[in-house]
Amino acid sequence: MKTATADPATAARPARTGLLTRMKRLYDRHWYAWAMVLPVVLVIGVLIAYPLVQGVYLSFTDANELNVAKQLGATEIPATYQFVGLDNYWRVLSGADGEFYPKLLWTVVWTVSCVFFHYTIGLGLALLLNRKLKGRSLYRVLLILPWAVPPFVATYIWRMMYNSESGVFNAMLGKLGIGPVDWLGDTFMQKVAVIGVNVWLGVPFMMVAVLGGLQAISSEQYEAAEMDGASPWQRFRHVTLPGLRPVSATVIMLGTIWTFNMFPIIYLMLGEANALHSEILVTYAYRLAFGSVRDYAGAATYGILILSMLLVFAVFYRRILDRQEAAR
Amino acid sequence: MSTATEPRKNAPAARAAAGPAGTAGAGAGAGGTRPRKVRGRHERSPLASAGLHGALIAASLVAVFPIVYMVFISLRGRDGWTRPTSAEGGLEISNYAYVLSETEFPRWFANSLLVAAGTTLIGVFVAASTGYAISRMRFPGHKSLMWVLLVTQMFPVAVLIVALYNILGDMGLLDSYIGLVLTYCSVSVPFCAWMMKGYFDTIPHEIDEAGRVDGLTPFGTFYRLILPLAKPGLAVTAFYSFITAWGEVAFARAFLSTDSMLTLSVGLQSFIGQHKAEWGYLTASAVIISIPAGLVFLLVQRNLVAGLTAGGTKG
Repeated sequence: MKTATADPATAARPARTGLLTRMKRLYDRHWYAWAMVLPVVLVIGVLIAYPLVQGVYLSFTDANELNVAKQLGATEIPATYQFVGLDNYWRVLSGADGEFYPKLLWTVVWTVSCVFFHYTIGLGLALLLNRKLKGRSLYRVLLILPWAVPPFVATYIWRMMYNSESGVFNAMLGKLGIGPVDWLGDTFMQKVAVIGVNVWLGVPFMMVAVLGGLQAISSEQYEAAEMDGASPWQRFRHVTLPGLRPVSATVIMLGTIWTFNMFPIIYLMLGEANALHSEILVTYAYRLAFGSVRDYAGAATYGILILSMLLVFAVFYRRILDRQEAAR
Repeated sequence: MSTATEPRKNAPAARAAAGPAGTAGAGAGAGGTRPRKVRGRHERSPLASAGLHGALIAASLVAVFPIVYMVFISLRGRDGWTRPTSAEGGLEISNYAYVLSETEFPRWFANSLLVAAGTTLIGVFVAASTGYAISRMRFPGHKSLMWVLLVTQMFPVAVLIVALYNILGDMGLLDSYIGLVLTYCSVSVPFCAWMMKGYFDTIPHEIDEAGRVDGLTPFGTFYRLILPLAKPGLAVTAFYSFITAWGEVAFARAFLSTDSMLTLSVGLQSFIGQHKAEWGYLTASAVIISIPAGLVFLLVQRNLVAGLTAGGTKG
């Protein structure tokens, strides 16, 4: 791809040539690249950008179920919602709606604890699996199984196991003489329960990803460390962890985004009416949009806010990583 | 266990670590008998071995238990789930028979299959050439496109769902296969492009150059040389986007209303409605859903992780 990397030459060319000529030259050089990305750009434009713009617009209005345009029989009722500026954002961010900050706090707790357990357990298991031992491939397959189950199926199964009267967990606890735990009723236990399910579902991905990272660390580094008399802990600290850095950075970022947006587990596990105090921002926004009185504007506002928070997180995370990389 | 160490790799390290006292790594299997301060990477005491296996067995049990339990309950008849720890009465397949013949389950299964397959086909076909272009070529707009693809991975369902609901409603596409497939494409197309970029990155650039030298156009290089090489990557991308659509809950729940149009993720909920929870039927359905997906999954998972993380580590 020599032609593609020769960009600086084009940029350095003096502006003597006319704009049209330069456009022509750019086109000649890049038209096939543009043609190749065109389908995706079109799809993104129609299916993402257009709804996104509409969503942003809705978040500046007071649209709800009652005042949007709708079709009743043959008559068409026009939309009567109004532009209200930043009112929605102000109501949410000032804490006036009473929902945002508690739910944000729980969403952050949920994300941090899930990703923490995903990563530490995944790393631990990967380190165990990265040794020579009998039955390694069997362990590997067994440990990966939770990932192979569709999340919604897994959520239902766990919901059955958490059942307070006939669930297997309470049955086992009962045999140990511990009274029944109201897993899905009590707010605190609900939170424990959903974190448990998500950890179970998410560890295999981390494990496999970290295992891949471990296997990519060259054994010469370990041999050199051994020759210098490094203890196992020192080898882990100074060879393994730095070697895992690229993989870890990526999977932790992916995991954070996925967990922050994790809809099915909380929604299917707790249902809509049951989880008023343990729903995360995404499920709350969903309930706003499709709950009893559909608050489209509120849901759109929450959607935009969630996306903005994730973007800020991603940018800062990358920046911190880059800085660490530069400092090393 | 420690005798399983690979002699070729281990010998120099062991010799070096053991110092002058070492006898050319001959005693590599003896574990802790040699006088040495640091244990090498490939050796461990029997106690450590037991601990290692113990930890892995415990983790495996936790990983497997819910799945085994699901199969167990599904075979225990309609009310077996109310006696969670007893096995009296034996196992039966009545739940499976009921679910397959008396409920809408086969219909939901077909719906899910159709929607997920449609999404996957569109996703892979639309995204393949883009994945290649952003992997190999630097063109004006490259950076912003990468950014857009990355940002779309962060979209929470809540950000598009209201607008899409209204747009699809205007077009009369709510409660239809096409509407749902289009919705899912908003997730799967950027995702597939991102993931395939990761695969194309792993194919050596020399192959492209060879193609160019032989007089192929960039399109020719892509279709004749790179695409065939990327088949495993395409398969994995397709599978992953299939699975994502297969298990999607939020859009399906909001957009589908007719009972016969439901996909599995929404339909299953009707087994455990407010009045009577039919966990027997639900588990039977769950097993039927999980087996094919699980089998294919285990075949492709090795490549899956590579694809998911490759784009990120290099981008």
